[in-house]
Amino acid sequence: MNTATPFVQSMHDAAASLRLPGSGLAWLDGARADALHGFAERGLPDQHNELWKYTSLRALSQRAYVVGDAEAAWREVDLVALGLPALQGPRVVFVNGVLRTDLSSLDALQEGVKVRSLASALHEAPEPLRFLLDKRADDEDDGFTLLNRALAADGLVLNVAAGAVVPAPLHIVHVGVAAQTAGALHVRSLVELGEGARLDVVEHHLGEPETGHLTNLVREIDLRERAQLRWTVIQRAGADATLFQHSKVRLHDDAVFDLHALELGGKLVRHEIRADLAGARARCGSRGAFVLHGRQHADMEVLVTHRGRDTQSTAVWRGVADDRARGVVHGRILVLPGADGADGSFYNKNLLLSPGAEIDTRPALEIYADEVKANHGATVGQLDERVLFYLRSRGIPLELARRILVRAFCTVALDGIESAPLREHCETLLAEQLPEVAA
Amino acid sequence: MLKIENLHARVAGKEILKGLSLEAKPGEVHAIMGPNGAGKSTLGNVLAGRPGYEVTGGSVGFDGSNLLELEPEARAAAGLFLAFQYPVEIPGVNNTYFLRAALNAQRKVRGETELDSMQFLKLVREKVKAMGMTPELLNRAVNEGFSGGEKKRNEVFQMALLEPRLAILDETDSGLDIDALKLVANGVNSLRSPERTFLVITHYQRLLDYIVPDFVHVLADGRIVESGDAQLARELEAHGYAWVRERTPAGAEA
Repeated sequence: MNTATPFVQSMHDAAASLRLPGSGLAWLDGARADALHGFAERGLPDQHNELWKYTSLRALSQRAYVVGDAEAAWREVDLVALGLPALQGPRVVFVNGVLRTDLSSLDALQEGVKVRSLASALHEAPEPLRFLLDKRADDEDDGFTLLNRALAADGLVLNVAAGAVVPAPLHIVHVGVAAQTAGALHVRSLVELGEGARLDVVEHHLGEPETGHLTNLVREIDLRERAQLRWTVIQRAGADATLFQHSKVRLHDDAVFDLHALELGGKLVRHEIRADLAGARARCGSRGAFVLHGRQHADMEVLVTHRGRDTQSTAVWRGVADDRARGVVHGRILVLPGADGADGSFYNKNLLLSPGAEIDTRPALEIYADEVKANHGATVGQLDERVLFYLRSRGIPLELARRILVRAFCTVALDGIESAPLREHCETLLAEQLPEVAA
Repeated sequence: MLKIENLHARVAGKEILKGLSLEAKPGEVHAIMGPNGAGKSTLGNVLAGRPGYEVTGGSVGFDGSNLLELEPEARAAAGLFLAFQYPVEIPGVNNTYFLRAALNAQRKVRGETELDSMQFLKLVREKVKAMGMTPELLNRAVNEGFSGGEKKRNEVFQMALLEPRLAILDETDSGLDIDALKLVANGVNSLRSPERTFLVITHYQRLLDYIVPDFVHVLADGRIVESGDAQLARELEAHGYAWVRERTPAGAEA
């Protein structure tokens, strides 16, 4: 048992007094109690945990949080002022972890797509979620996934019916705004695509600069046979935000998951992506970039398990750190016995723009099957002096030359974004992030 | 236009240029020849301002200003262009974007208006046509996946677009087959003008059959040891660089 740090104590205090949606249901109460018990036993992940090795929670452990924001349902929010681009089509907006129907536009949802808040789903029809929520702590859980299971009060429940092919992307917007006290916002999203369904999701994280919130977002994504999901996360959380994302994706036969992640904001961010290629010929691709300055910290954990035969995974990640920023990239490809014919790759390149910046990268392969192709590579370096000189010799000033090269370095992460406006939006955000970085 | 006096330069602590002097006037084409290790490429890099090339003595005047005081980008804006011996590949940076950024950066320094994308495209089309450039190369990343010949042609294309007043070609012929060599030479010849000066650095005389120089200088051990007209290049080809060394009186280094 860990000694209760202020953080741990504040979570237990909250659990004792919170009334969560669906409470009173024996199975749900049981699962929540089990998760809380698991959290009490395990505490916050520390640096002995291989997946948290380079992300210290010492400072966080000394802070107490309120769980949730009691006024989240009616806070005024100016999405445009916070930088949300003009969006067309359906969107779901969360403010401090609570789904706001008044800010969302769900009337444009196509047939076959069903979007609900976790809170209302638990009030109205909890039984179908039992399979997803009635779980016990396992090896893949850490303190935050357990807290999420114990304390998540809202989130997104998204279902796409078998065969539904959705042309327009669904936008999910997470906004953090200042509350009286910094909140720990546990958000749980459950996504299921039926057989052959296809959907594009663009998820935006935005926030006011000084909220102090900790967002603990867990996504569980289930892709049935031949389903295809493309998910783009554009993370521009507020400057002092802490954001822990945990995405657990299960792919059945011939399912395809494509993730693009642009991590630009926040103070302390971490994204653990666990893709389980359970079905034969399932494919998972992830591309992403973080651009950090000041004392930002970003940790990307990309964990791919090849379970089915002839499964395929690719990962291309880019990291840029300036000032005293710290980046972590960990890619693991696990090929289980029986996953013959698996083809996995993980490539990560990183750029340090200042002597005080640091990036740790660890690719790892574990292979227990036959006829497997696996490739990985990771580098940490600086801008190539020869290339810089080439640009300068053509008249491009040093500053601009650096900016051009850093941008080019990152845009590789945007390859595969088919929507031209979305790609352009991402490129613009990257460019905006860089002048300061490359100063 | 260009006046190099008693130039000394070091690379990685080693003295390479040991008192090089050279003067070139507008419209002239000067060939710099010499054996490997003589300092030919060092001269090009020193003139372009490459970091790591340390000038320890002498001066370089360019249109009356002190070239050595300028940053590389300022030298470019002042009209200096180096065609690289080994052009670098720049993945992710589109060739057209790069060229426009370069041209506009130079124009800005010179107090000229920057070109918008329409004006720039028009200019590029003209130059593509004039230089026989493969237009597809412009839509690709700078030099990425280009063949050796394509890279060198891209250098000459950049030169045509940026219209420098002093163009330095650093072994632009190296690694080219005869067809590619002719294409590059034709490009250079079409850019010869009364206002533009060329320094053509080469190891072999072959290039000078196509780009006929007004002057030929032999660079050996960091200095110009012999100067002459185009005929000198042919004699070198016939006799080899050892011939120059024999003709240069011993002790001339003093």
